[in-house]
Amino acid sequence: MTIIDEVAGSPAADGSEDTGRPLLEVRDLHVEFRTRDGVAKAVNGVNYSVAAGETLAVLGESGSGKSVTAQAIMGILDMPPGSIPKGEILFRGQDMLKMSDEERRKIRGRKIAMIFQDALSSLNPVLSVGYQLGEMFRVHQGMSKKEAKAKAIELMDRVKIPAAAARINDYPHQFSGGMRQRIMIAMALALEPDLIIADEPTTALDVTVQAQVMDLLAELQREYNMGLILITHDLGVVADVADKIAVMYAGRIVERAPVHELYKRPAHPYTKGLLDSIPRLDQKGQDLYAIKGLPPNLTRIPSGCAFNPRCPMAQDICRTDIPPLHPVTERDGSELVGRGSACHFWKETIHG
Amino acid sequence: MPDKTVEKVEALPGDTVSTAGVVVADAGPAPDKARSLWSDAWHDLRRNPLFVISAVLILFLLVMSLWPGLFTSASPRDADLAKHYLGKPNWGHFFAPDWLGYDVQGRSIYARVVYGARASITVGVGVTLAVTVLGTVIGMIAGYFGGWTDTLLSRLTDIFLGIPFLLGALVVLNSFDDRTVWVVIMALAFLGWTQIARVARGAVITIKQADYVVAAKALGASTSRILFRHILPNALAPIIVVATIALGGYIAAEATLSFLGVGLGDTAVSWGGDVARGREQLRIAPHTLIIPSVMVSITVLSFLMFGDAVRNALDPKLR
Repeated sequence: MTIIDEVAGSPAADGSEDTGRPLLEVRDLHVEFRTRDGVAKAVNGVNYSVAAGETLAVLGESGSGKSVTAQAIMGILDMPPGSIPKGEILFRGQDMLKMSDEERRKIRGRKIAMIFQDALSSLNPVLSVGYQLGEMFRVHQGMSKKEAKAKAIELMDRVKIPAAAARINDYPHQFSGGMRQRIMIAMALALEPDLIIADEPTTALDVTVQAQVMDLLAELQREYNMGLILITHDLGVVADVADKIAVMYAGRIVERAPVHELYKRPAHPYTKGLLDSIPRLDQKGQDLYAIKGLPPNLTRIPSGCAFNPRCPMAQDICRTDIPPLHPVTERDGSELVGRGSACHFWKETIHG
Repeated sequence: MPDKTVEKVEALPGDTVSTAGVVVADAGPAPDKARSLWSDAWHDLRRNPLFVISAVLILFLLVMSLWPGLFTSASPRDADLAKHYLGKPNWGHFFAPDWLGYDVQGRSIYARVVYGARASITVGVGVTLAVTVLGTVIGMIAGYFGGWTDTLLSRLTDIFLGIPFLLGALVVLNSFDDRTVWVVIMALAFLGWTQIARVARGAVITIKQADYVVAAKALGASTSRILFRHILPNALAPIIVVATIALGGYIAAEATLSFLGVGLGDTAVSWGGDVARGREQLRIAPHTLIIPSVMVSITVLSFLMFGDAVRNALDPKLR
């Protein structure tokens, strides 16, 4: 088992072996929450995949199901009230939803790690950061306290925390927001996992620090050839880092595209609305575009396309039929690789 | 208008500002010590006279219970019937056997009070430790796992909470013939764990939803590691507070039970027992009752004060 892992972990083997098989594949995932007001359908048939060394950005506003999907992958969903009625989460071809708790625990941290939004509340206030970083090595690799501490200092250096050796015994509240997020990243990286899920890693940081943290994340990802799922609602964060984007709305992927394609030519009215609502210097003095209305209540998702009440292009068909994820093609019918749009009128949207 | 204020500010302090700035710079980077909840609390406590007084008293009582020989050369069991009823306190004879007088059997009350500390402190500390361990474990299991486990354990807690403490202890202890210190500890712990269990359960429920617990889970920590390394240290503060305050209560409970004749056996030296025996000569020799009672009061009071000070230091809402 270890031998296979080592081979798979080396970049050379990844290129030849994993091209046909993605690192992580989510298939038709459904997640529901039982609430007092009925069943909230947070995720309704999500499909996506990430390969080694690839970055997938999952984009969507609050309540679109992007974080819930990530929690389902990590197995940290609160069940109950949550439940996964349908779907598969394949990690290296194995369905994690069918694994025992112990098997899943062994994957967490070692193979898949997660970075959380608020680093202050994600670090234990009563334990020093050195202890928390070293814990990864002591628990998973059975290192001695001394070795673990040395490794922790090394890790803090890796994520560019100045004077790492001097700060190893400091507590989380003694670090600034950006430094805390670096520690969070260091913890996730500790065991060199194959896949990192970053749930809005920069949302709690101010703008100058955001860029630093994103660059660090991208750099480390390249270095270790990891897969990265970047969950965000910030279109600006995604552009430089991601390879491909999945846009989520009401628990469904509404558009999927390589990153630059999406910015250039959105094929879904929702994506188009999002892009139009970014303030731009060349539109100075004009009103900023906003998507009308509010995201739907997940206990009462509108029939047909969930976006129809807010969509400027909505027709009768949008209120009755749920649009599947159509493959998006050029005007002449030639295929656009990796693109899809869940809109009945994707042609009109992309080609005008 | 705004210009004026700016001018004012600039004109007024002038030099003072610069000197103040220099002073601050001279003070330099203040030694940035790790200020955790505990070090903060310790910082507060050292300045709290209530804490200092109670801590000194408790220390004194602990030493007394561990090495009673340091305080008196007299034995608490040496009875000299010649001093029977006649032994009134000689307030001038500090630390001498006849300092606090003699009891009905002609035993030195001073020696009995010194040796009696051990029973009270052992029972108080022992019950508190047992109750803390038992209550924390039960509360943590109930709080962390939730669902059926929680329902079952919480109802069990409610049932035990429904039993009147002293009445329950009376019934339990009555069924033992040989009531040693350990039997009394077990009986009180058996009935007393509920309060801590409730507090622990509440604290764990709050803490298990904290992001750092979810993060620890997401990074592959096992259930026991999450419980003992991540949740327990954070839940400890309220548990310690309840435990220290309860300690005084257990000492009082031991004295009460001994007084009622179901505490420690007749041969044991205990304050509660002495109070019970002193009651019989209340008119002739009130000191035989008053002196052990005062000791119970001082002990209970110092533990209550101690617990109160610890609570004030650990509870950020009371700062």
